[in-house]
Amino acid sequence: MNKAIHIYFAQAIPLVAYIDESCLYLKEKKCRICQRICQNKAINLNQMPEKVEINVGAIILSPGLEPYDPRLKDEYHYGDFVNVVTSMDYERLLCSTGPYQGEILRASDLKHPQKIAWIQCVGSRQVTEGGNSYCSAVCCTYSQKQVILTKDHNAEAECTIFHNDIRSYGKDFERYYERTENLPGVRFIRSYTSIVKENSETGNVTVRYSTSDDGVKEEEFDLVVLSVGLNPPADVQSMAEKYGIELNRHEFCKINPANPMKTNRPGIFVSGAFQGPLDIPESVFSASGAGSQIGELLSFRRGDLARERIYPPEEDLSGEEPRIGVFVCHCGANIGRVVNVPSTVEYSLTLPNVVYAQEQLFSCATNAAKEITDMIKEKGLNRVVVAACSPRTLEMLFRDTLREAGINQYYFEMANIREHNSWVHSKEKEAATEKAKDIIRMSVARARHLQPLQEFELPVNKAALVVGGGVAGMTTALSIANQGHEVHLVERDVDLGGTAQRIQTTLEGLDVQAYLADLSGKVYKNPLIHVYTEATITEATGYVGNFITRVKYGGRVAEIKHGAAVIAIGADLYTPAEYLYGEDDRVMTHLELDEQIAKGDEKVTGAESLVMIQCVGCRQEDRNYCSRICCSESIKNALKLKEINPEMDIYILFRDMRTYGFKEDYYREAAGKGVRFIRYEPHDKPQVEAGETEEGKSVLKVTVPDYILGKKLEIDAEIVALAAAVIPSAETAKLAGLFKVTLSPDGFFKEAHVKLRPVEFGTDGVYLCGAAHYPKLLTETINQAYGAAGRVLTLLSHDIVIASGSVCEVNENKCMGCGDCIAVCSYGAIELRTTRQGKKAVVNPVLCKGDGLCNAICPTGAIKLKHFTDEQIVSEIDAAAPEEEIIRQIDAAVASM
Amino acid sequence: MCSGRVDPAHVIRAFSKGIDGVFIGGCRLNECNYITHGNYYALNMVLLFRKILEHIGLHPERLRIEFMSGSEGNLYVEVVNNFIKKVKELGPLGKGEGIDEDILKSGLAEITRLVPYIKVVKNAKLRTPLRNPEEYEKFFTGDEIDRLLNEVISYYIDPEKCRACMACAKRCPVEAIISAKNRIHVIDQEKCIKCGTCFEACPPRFGAVTKIIGEPVPPPVPEEERTIVRKSKEKMIDNPLPID
Repeated sequence: MNKAIHIYFAQAIPLVAYIDESCLYLKEKKCRICQRICQNKAINLNQMPEKVEINVGAIILSPGLEPYDPRLKDEYHYGDFVNVVTSMDYERLLCSTGPYQGEILRASDLKHPQKIAWIQCVGSRQVTEGGNSYCSAVCCTYSQKQVILTKDHNAEAECTIFHNDIRSYGKDFERYYERTENLPGVRFIRSYTSIVKENSETGNVTVRYSTSDDGVKEEEFDLVVLSVGLNPPADVQSMAEKYGIELNRHEFCKINPANPMKTNRPGIFVSGAFQGPLDIPESVFSASGAGSQIGELLSFRRGDLARERIYPPEEDLSGEEPRIGVFVCHCGANIGRVVNVPSTVEYSLTLPNVVYAQEQLFSCATNAAKEITDMIKEKGLNRVVVAACSPRTLEMLFRDTLREAGINQYYFEMANIREHNSWVHSKEKEAATEKAKDIIRMSVARARHLQPLQEFELPVNKAALVVGGGVAGMTTALSIANQGHEVHLVERDVDLGGTAQRIQTTLEGLDVQAYLADLSGKVYKNPLIHVYTEATITEATGYVGNFITRVKYGGRVAEIKHGAAVIAIGADLYTPAEYLYGEDDRVMTHLELDEQIAKGDEKVTGAESLVMIQCVGCRQEDRNYCSRICCSESIKNALKLKEINPEMDIYILFRDMRTYGFKEDYYREAAGKGVRFIRYEPHDKPQVEAGETEEGKSVLKVTVPDYILGKKLEIDAEIVALAAAVIPSAETAKLAGLFKVTLSPDGFFKEAHVKLRPVEFGTDGVYLCGAAHYPKLLTETINQAYGAAGRVLTLLSHDIVIASGSVCEVNENKCMGCGDCIAVCSYGAIELRTTRQGKKAVVNPVLCKGDGLCNAICPTGAIKLKHFTDEQIVSEIDAAAPEEEIIRQIDAAVASM
Repeated sequence: MCSGRVDPAHVIRAFSKGIDGVFIGGCRLNECNYITHGNYYALNMVLLFRKILEHIGLHPERLRIEFMSGSEGNLYVEVVNNFIKKVKELGPLGKGEGIDEDILKSGLAEITRLVPYIKVVKNAKLRTPLRNPEEYEKFFTGDEIDRLLNEVISYYIDPEKCRACMACAKRCPVEAIISAKNRIHVIDQEKCIKCGTCFEACPPRFGAVTKIIGEPVPPPVPEEERTIVRKSKEKMIDNPLPID
């Protein structure tokens, strides 16, 4: 329970306390203790809400979601049995700022639960009163995350997940599922459950479930976690009325499958889970995509309200003796709960060149940054060490703080005492404090050797190159062009359209061919888009803002100069080697089935019996991912066939039906229309053989074990459709090499960060969308394509781009011209130039990405990576080593043992 | 920076400072954060220097590299705990192996001095990515390392042949050649990194720089005997000295 005055959450912006409605004064005009105690007289209990009118050109609705409330169903006993919690409650238990500072304790007796059960689909996939018929799309994976974190906290914990289908359909989710499943003491049990009773003495909760082997069982758990689903935001009806937008039947925003960010009202867009249940990467696609669409509307006044940041001029401090300031962060309780922060501050003050040290609650908070800049000025600091978290997320922020104070940003050093220390040593507080001191001592040692570095300003060419003319590429190209930028769209085939040319409708009923004709028409008509068909890329050089790409098309070669590149080359379909595919023409892929249905092929539409087999060529060792789209595709084809020929017997042989989100409704519809769903296990796959019916008719005999009936089923099928895996495009590896971008273990392109940067590559200026990133449905592709356009615009709308100062440099006198550095540089950033003293290596700093391989391989130390020089690294190593005296003492102690 | 930026000199520095074990964590193989796959280079460096540690009598297990992603906290903890356990078993550096402290110190000092030379000789091999873990152990053999460190190359300027032309001194990347006009050049063996640049730079007609393998280098000519007496400059151009 929060008090009436509290900080909303640890990373809230602004990070200030506020008073909520439970305040005694606001309710009953009592108390006012806070006003008396606040020294700064910051509390105003008479503040009233204000109405402000703002004129805007467009609106984005991103109200998020509301977790499902399990009180709506008595059977969950939530609020009744104290040891039944929701997954959101459990998330708080896991959190270091949570009720028990990150310890997983039961509320009933404050003991560590040893046996924990997760119950999936709470409030989801239910057509009963109080439930939602759709699948909430995220619960399978978030529960797995909670299991992994639980096992992290307590390796002995027994975790049981009661589930229906496991829907790990996202990128890398299948591996994540496998990782969870393989943890010791983790059970996945496919069963419906009921919560039976609470043990009045122990508070334990009994769960009833059934398995095909053991029948109905009851088992007691210390804690039961309800994996609650996603509901629309609480006040959605009034919001819909206010903005004049339509809702769908589940009360999420009604969206257009051809543009899931658009509402029915022009100028009003939607992003995030208001589109429907979404996970974080997809919310980020849609956020960036909605931004791009607003850019299309308002680009003519881009930057009107923007104010340029003006930094104070940078002082030249290179000649000064280092004066180091150390700021040690508590990170709320994350560090402070384990590490004795005041003692590290005291220790820091004893280190050479440290002239100032202090502690901070959250060094990343705005007021803390102000404190740092103030202290730099007051104490004349010329180096700053922040001892806090990993530099990965916040180093940029602190560097900016230094710039604000007028000193070079490379005079900043971060000591990671959270991930490397307090998080892993929560049970060894004293040792963790000593380790924090060691880490700070090392950082201070390095800080003494830091050098000011200058970053590079590079001009930005305002054109973009889009590789791939499918739905993803065309959508991105149009959105970029509609914001006034020239686009070069390169397509390998004769026509634009990609894989979508082979699809007739989506599951939701969108006419794909009409959509495609409209889209390619817009692309061809747009004067800013140059289309190159039957084109291949032969060479790509340059760097962010200044790429040069050579394209061969129709016997000609174009040299395209562009500032950004988008890779949208889609994916290929696996050619099955199993189930008689290629040997018997009655066996086809789901895509071929879609085409045959569209053609009205009598053999297909008139078949008495048709079998679909899911997961062909994926979710297996060599392709360890889910192709995501196939369950929906098969349901779509099944519904289409049932519409044409209601008498047809359709069987779908599946492992988990992954009709996530609203697609669940179509799964239910198919089941209602008599489509039979039979689950199989990967170790006992279906068998397909040519054979005859009892009447002598030639058929395909499909045998599959039926776990519900507990026997083998033999189905006579006239057609077998295989849900063949979606595989990376054959062009992937070649393009990755040309644009110097990376691939995931499954061979799809790898984004810079799954959640934070899902449509860009680690290589600056190169972006990604569509099935080249991972298999996805049309609507999802469009979401991501607009998202990529949004990110491209954040680059192209600038006149200059900044490149890091941490790059390599050659000391010519030391270079012996051996060329070993050139051999290890994949960026082509180094070349040999002939001088009077022989051949010498020269670095182009703009191409250098600062990996430093050349530095390590150079025999003479002629090439160095700035900001990670030998001097700096060695100073840290030296500081890490215990002093000679300490070694002697330890050795003496060991010898006397 | 990449794990491939870890210089063998850093590793040896840590051991020289009395650190008992060195652990290098890199990205998972084939999942490079850059595009350079520098972790393969780091791997080879570790494989090579484990053999070198063995050569000077240290246990190779004191140096370890593991590959993991930022999201694999559990794996990291497991691997580091396991490494610490191993290092504790091995005992303090040198003592655990039963080597005399002075011998250990001089061994490490020698390797520190030879790092540039080791790079010159082994760079091509260090750059070869090893795809198959079965190759790891045999990629660098003990014999190979013994040869590398017992048959160390040295360069020596033959005072009889040196014409004090400064060609080698100007090109030396570490300023190891003591030189002046009309003074016989001498290689400072302490500074020399054995890169062979002087050997290449010496005009063939002089051929003064010689390569010595595994043998001690003759002592340098005493300071007072280094002046070259030669005829007038014009004459020298008219009448170049014979090559041998």
